[in-house]
This record gives sequence, structure tokens and C-alpha cells, in this order.
Amino acid sequence: MKRPHRTQKIAFLFLFLATLLIIVPVGLIVVVIIWKGLPAINWQFLSDIPRQGMRAGGIFPAIIGTIYLVTGAIVFALPIGLLSAIYLSEYSNDNLLTRLIKLSIVNLAGVPSVVYGLFGLALFVVFFKFGASILSGSLTLGIMILPIIITASREALESVPYSFREVSLSLGASKWQTIRHIVLPNAIPGILTGTILGLGRAAGETAPILFTVAAFYLPQLPKSIFDQAMALPYHLYVISTQVPNVDEKIRYGTAFVLLTLVLFMNLVAIIIRYKFRKKKKW
Amino acid sequence: MVKFEIHDLNIWFGSVHAVKEVNVEIQSNEILSIIGPSNSGKTTFLRTLNRLNDLNTSYKMTGAVELERENICGIDIEILRRKVGMVFALPLPLPLSVFDNVAYGLRMQGERRKKRLEEKVEEVLQRAYLWEEVKDRLSESAFKLSGGQQQRLCIARTLAVEPDVVLFDEPCSGLDPISTAKVEEAMLKLKQKYTIVLVTNNVKQAARVGDRTAFFLNGELIETNGTDKIFTAPDDKRTNDYIIGKFG
Repeated sequence: MKRPHRTQKIAFLFLFLATLLIIVPVGLIVVVIIWKGLPAINWQFLSDIPRQGMRAGGIFPAIIGTIYLVTGAIVFALPIGLLSAIYLSEYSNDNLLTRLIKLSIVNLAGVPSVVYGLFGLALFVVFFKFGASILSGSLTLGIMILPIIITASREALESVPYSFREVSLSLGASKWQTIRHIVLPNAIPGILTGTILGLGRAAGETAPILFTVAAFYLPQLPKSIFDQAMALPYHLYVISTQVPNVDEKIRYGTAFVLLTLVLFMNLVAIIIRYKFRKKKKW
Repeated sequence: MVKFEIHDLNIWFGSVHAVKEVNVEIQSNEILSIIGPSNSGKTTFLRTLNRLNDLNTSYKMTGAVELERENICGIDIEILRRKVGMVFALPLPLPLSVFDNVAYGLRMQGERRKKRLEEKVEEVLQRAYLWEEVKDRLSESAFKLSGGQQQRLCIARTLAVEPDVVLFDEPCSGLDPISTAKVEEAMLKLKQKYTIVLVTNNVKQAARVGDRTAFFLNGELIETNGTDKIFTAPDDKRTNDYIIGKFG
């Protein structure tokens, strides 16, 4: 009886070390960014435009730009993603074509973001003549997060027990009524979680907005969706590599704001999931 | 009066021949119990009557099932399922309150009047012998009820859409003897108003509540007879073997 116990202890040790290996770098990144970035945060930094060739002033236009882009991406991606997820999980038959479609969607989530950037440049900026604009950038980000939203929504829909559908149908409800009143309400937490995780990704990506919307330096706020805009990830890239002699404080401050934004969205996702799980009735 | 007429019914799931050449009539206001070992096609047969098998993509059937002389494949599927209600093997409340569970079917038919819904919910809960136990808990989640209460809730929910026929698919398989007795009591009472088809693994239950009993074996309908006859002098030896417990 002693040996199995020791093997188990060794196994636990390895599992624990593997977990530690993941947690430590993440923790370090967060700690370093907070430690170096927090001193830069003040009201002026958050609400002023960049000054002196981005070596002073604030990052307000970049924050606003990122919020616009993320909002645009979600307005575009959530309805399309949700509807196609409903079609794929509830209506489509299981045949070679739909399996191919599902496989492609999963694979799309793994396409490097710079490819989406190039695609957005060719399609929205050049072909549709939207130019480098918030519209082009939002659509590009939207397409990038579509696979995340579709996959998460499909999983959420499919996790609703099949028996609920049978019961609803057996009571004379139509298929759409069943989806609308039974399946969707119980899938919402999963759908929202996936959407918000997608948003976090959209907020943090540089490559897709590089060619489609991001302005190097734009001291005023965008006036319409056809204007260019600054955005946090690209701004961070610019002040870190393209502009010499930017104070470290400003760079880490920008990183801190971006990180906070993304973590905040993830936090919202967690809270929503937690709240719904507490309400979950089966 | 004949409610259901089933002619030459054959059912396949993929290559599995689940129900073979079944011919049977189901009368109004009777309880027809269906007995037989597992995998004998009882539940498959039952789920054909409200076309719930249609959800399975590998399902194929031949033959005719007629409800009041009308082929069920020609009836609008939502209408058919309102006429032929179903109570499942496990209590399956929807993730809604007690009240909303019972009102669900009516709401799906477009009933919005609160008064009408309240009346109906009380009426059917009483018919399912549940009203006294839940009248103060209507807004609670249905999952907070006990197993037996949940199953009677499911019966009430099925009755609320005013079916002609109620299909019971082993309704007591997850219940204790006292809850089982209550469900059986409800069934016997319901017979006055509805036609009942009861699939059960419990031979004694068939003997207690069934007017007629059908015995399924390996997808074939071996024998249909009055319950007394089946349990005293069945025509087929296999029926007798099953009932006295030689197999199954």
C-alpha cells in the first residue's frame, strides 16, 4: 500500500510544477507592468492627447480608438456569429459539408492575426474603398473574432441538455419556439463568455488594425466611422519601437491601461458566468 | 371508439430493425400497457405515436399510424404533439418555475391572458394530485420539488395542453413506491378523460392499471389481450415465460 501512495505523490509534484510553470510567467508579467506602469497613471495621462512627439501628454485618443474598434467589432460579429452558431448546432444536418464548415471555423481561430490584417486591407480598405477607417478596422477585428464567438456559442447551445428540447417539442412547441424559449436562455452565459473573451482578443491585437485603421499619430478624436483612429496596441508598438527616447514610464503606463482593459473584460466574463451558474437550475 | 390504428409498422434506426410488423389498435379511454424486456422496441413504438422519433436522423419507418383515421404524417407536427402528449421516464422539468412549467405549452400556443393561465395551471395541478403540495410554491424553481412531485408536475404540464392521448414512458422508473402509487392513482383517474398508453418495465404495474396489455419481444408485438387474460392465461408461451419471470 505504500508504493502507490509514493507514485501518486510524485505525480502530484509534476502536475503542480507544470501548473507553476504557467502561472509564474503570467504573474511576473502582470507584476512588472503594474510596478512600472502604475506611477504613470494619472488623470492627465488618461484624458490628454499625446504631446511633444508622443513623449509626453496622455493616451486618450488611443483609449477611445480602441473602445470604438471593439464596439464596432462586436456589433458586427455577435449577431452574425450567434445566428450561424444557432444554424450550425440546431438546424443543419450532420453531413460532410457541415462538418467541413465546422472544421474550417475551428481552424480559422488559429489563423495568425496578421493574415486577417492583410485580408482586411485587401477587402475593406481597397476593394470596398472604405479606406483606412474605423469601419475597416472594426470589420477586420470582427472577422477575426467570429470563429471564437461561433465556437463558444455552439458549445453553449450544445451543452443545453437534449431532453429539454424533447420536452418542449413534445408539448407542441415549434422548433424555433424551443430554441427561443428554452435553448437560448440557458446558453446565454456561455455565449456571453465567449463573446467577451473574443472582445479581449480584439482589444489587444495589433496586426489586424495595422493596415486597416491605426494612425501613427492623430491628435484629435475621430469624427465618423470613416476616420482613422489611434489604438492602444498600435500606440504601444509605436512608442516602444518607432519613436526614440520615450520615457519608460509612458510605455509601461500604456501597457498597463491596455492590460487593465483586457483583464477588466475577462473579469466581466467571469462574473457573468458565475452569476448565471448560481442561477443554473439543473 | 378507436383512437389509434397501427398497420404494418416497421422501424429502423440505421440498419437496426427496432420494430417489426406491428399491428395494433388503441381504444379511447383505455389504458394500454406495453410490457417487455429492455430493447424490445416498446419506447420506440411509443415515440412513433407523437413522432418524437423524427428527431433522430437515422430513423426510418414504413407502415401507417392513424389517429382518428388520419395518418399522423399528414397532421401538422405541432398539432399532433398537442393531441398526443408525453410523460418521460425521468422527471424532466424545464428550467423554469413550477407555474411556468405548467403554463409552457399554453404559452407556446399564444395564450397570454394571465387569468386564463392561472385557472388552467390550478386545474391541471389538481388533476395530477399536486395542487395541495405546490400551491404556495408556484414561483419556485421546479427543480426544488421532490422526484415524485416533479413527475406529477410533468403530468400536469402534459395535461395543460389538453391532449386526447397521453403517452407514459416508464413514468415510475425513478420513483419510490409511494410516489409510484400516487402517479398510478393519477393515471387511473385520467382514463376517464384521456386515452393512455403506458410503457412499463414493471409487470405488476401493468397488471394494476392496464385495461389491455401488449407484450413486445425483440421488436415484435407477441400478444395483445385484456390484462386479466394476459396475466392468467396468455395465448403465447413467451408471454407466460416473461410474466412469470423466466427471462427479462
